[in-house]
Amino acid sequence: MKSLPVSAMLRLAWRNLWRNYRRTVVMLLAIAVGVWAMIFMSALMRGMVDEMVTNGIDSLPGYVQIHQLGFRDDPSINNSLQPPGPELLGALENPLVAGWTSRVRVPAMISSERDNRGVTLLGVDPAGEIAVGFDLDNIVAGRFIGSPQDKGLVVGRKLLERLETHLGKRVVVMSQDPDNNIADRGFRIVGVYKASLEGQEENFVYSGRSHVQSLLKMGRQVSEIAITGHDYRAVDELLEIIRAASPPGSEVLPWMELESYLYGMMGMMDGFILVWTIVVFLALSFGLINTLMMAVFERVREIGLMQALGMKPSSILYLILMESLLLLLLGLLAGNILAIASILPLREGIDLSGVARGMEMFGAGSTLYPVLDLHDLATANTVVIVLGLVTSLLPAWHASRYSPVEAITKI
Amino acid sequence: MTAIKCIDLCKNFQQGDVVIKALNHVSLDIEEGSFICLSGPSGSGKTTLLNAIGGLDKLDSGEVYFNGRRVDQLGKGPMADLRLHYIGFVFQAYNLIPVLTAQENVEFVMQVQGVSVKERRRKSSAILEEVGLKGMENRRPSQLSGGQQQRVAVARAIVSQPKLVLADEPTANLDSETAAQLMDLLRELNQHHNVTFLIATHDERVMRYAQRLIRMQDGKIIADELQEAD
Repeated sequence: MKSLPVSAMLRLAWRNLWRNYRRTVVMLLAIAVGVWAMIFMSALMRGMVDEMVTNGIDSLPGYVQIHQLGFRDDPSINNSLQPPGPELLGALENPLVAGWTSRVRVPAMISSERDNRGVTLLGVDPAGEIAVGFDLDNIVAGRFIGSPQDKGLVVGRKLLERLETHLGKRVVVMSQDPDNNIADRGFRIVGVYKASLEGQEENFVYSGRSHVQSLLKMGRQVSEIAITGHDYRAVDELLEIIRAASPPGSEVLPWMELESYLYGMMGMMDGFILVWTIVVFLALSFGLINTLMMAVFERVREIGLMQALGMKPSSILYLILMESLLLLLLGLLAGNILAIASILPLREGIDLSGVARGMEMFGAGSTLYPVLDLHDLATANTVVIVLGLVTSLLPAWHASRYSPVEAITKI
Repeated sequence: MTAIKCIDLCKNFQQGDVVIKALNHVSLDIEEGSFICLSGPSGSGKTTLLNAIGGLDKLDSGEVYFNGRRVDQLGKGPMADLRLHYIGFVFQAYNLIPVLTAQENVEFVMQVQGVSVKERRRKSSAILEEVGLKGMENRRPSQLSGGQQQRVAVARAIVSQPKLVLADEPTANLDSETAAQLMDLLRELNQHHNVTFLIATHDERVMRYAQRLIRMQDGKIIADELQEAD
């Protein structure tokens, strides 16, 4: 059995679409606005989650970390690593590695003349920290650590406020050496940094790595090696390369395991974007069904005529589906253009300083950078096409089920 | 040679509590190349008989043979195939697909049949010229008069050379002059292409064109006579 060729069906569907152009234009607008809402909101949500993750992992954890086994349970000086050997240094030259650093990271107590607080003391190599993501623009007063031997201390803006002290003042940092003896030393505050998260400003203090190693009598050992790559979503290959080159007794973990809360948030946001896309589509689908049903009811006699002339019911079904497909494709085209045109001008970020505290609760900064993710674009387009066609099956099936004689005699 | 054979066709419709016998044990043989009119008042069963022969409607009982092949029990797909290749239709109204031009309407059946573009174009142009619509190929139905639309429908019905053309009140919406022109055309095509025509009508002027006149009443054939056509 033969049926109408696709080209003829396409022409018929296209012309049918414009029989009632007002209705078609209204439906196209509805689809375009719906698709715009899907993509634009996804871009905002993706921007927020991107910043959350970037803030969370870029500056300190990196994408992959190497620790001594047991460090995660007891992050003390006794679970330290040797600095990277030749094999690991070779792996760190891999193009997948964007930057790396080794640092000392120990719990400590910091005391000013007015207050004291528990913090994490980081002994860092400034060049490595900058390579893995520390932004020097975040230094709001003074300077960053100048070298691994630097004896100065860089503290967060919030911590400075809590300790009621100032740049240039001395504080005492106290921790434990490998023999569990108190190791303390006076540090001068040489710099103050800001972070998008207040918690980070309050918890982390920086000093030169060699200086901290000397204070803690740990030789050249370090607590962790942090490595960043180029895409935080794709770390599997990087992880394998680093794992293969890591010394025995060490543990190599991706940021997803180190920051499981962030990773969970990311997964949740992916799900939320999909749910949002489907909810918007459901609102659209009522209009789509109505449009197609009307189109079918208006053409019952014509459908009967086509059947009388030898067109099979399945061809009628394909014809209505093709009309729906054309409508969806046009709506998608307009919606995608609208979404891209409204996202691109916002690349420099949307100032949300008015709700900065609320944004911080989510771990995001006060500027939101919409992210036009191809995956989200594909999801929105796929959902509209696939569910749109599924939705159109009802009117199409309805049309194909008419008996020719009933259709022709329909008033 | 018998083209169509109908044996004991019955079709009832329920209207409220009343059962209407649209076809009441109708039997009929139609010879190939004949030009037959089915006449009778409204509700006599003419359209039901046409629909039954064309496979547009299911019978309650009876048998329809097309060139010796029983067709009344065919499924929707095979029946659509039979109509596509062997039967042309001309209805009273709503005959054309409004979004297609006259030529595209004529080509529609051939497109479904899978005829090549070149062949379709050649045949459709020739038949449109034959029915007097040369130069109107690119007009949409809304740009044609009622008579011209019926001519397009006739052209479409015969362009793929079917064995049988079923026409249901083809002149009902036409003025008498246009109706006469259309009937002249149908008669000419019948003679020229040897296509069998079965025309349902209650218009006495149309009946004059028939070689054979079948009169129906209350779902039964009450008279079946040969006559001298005009």
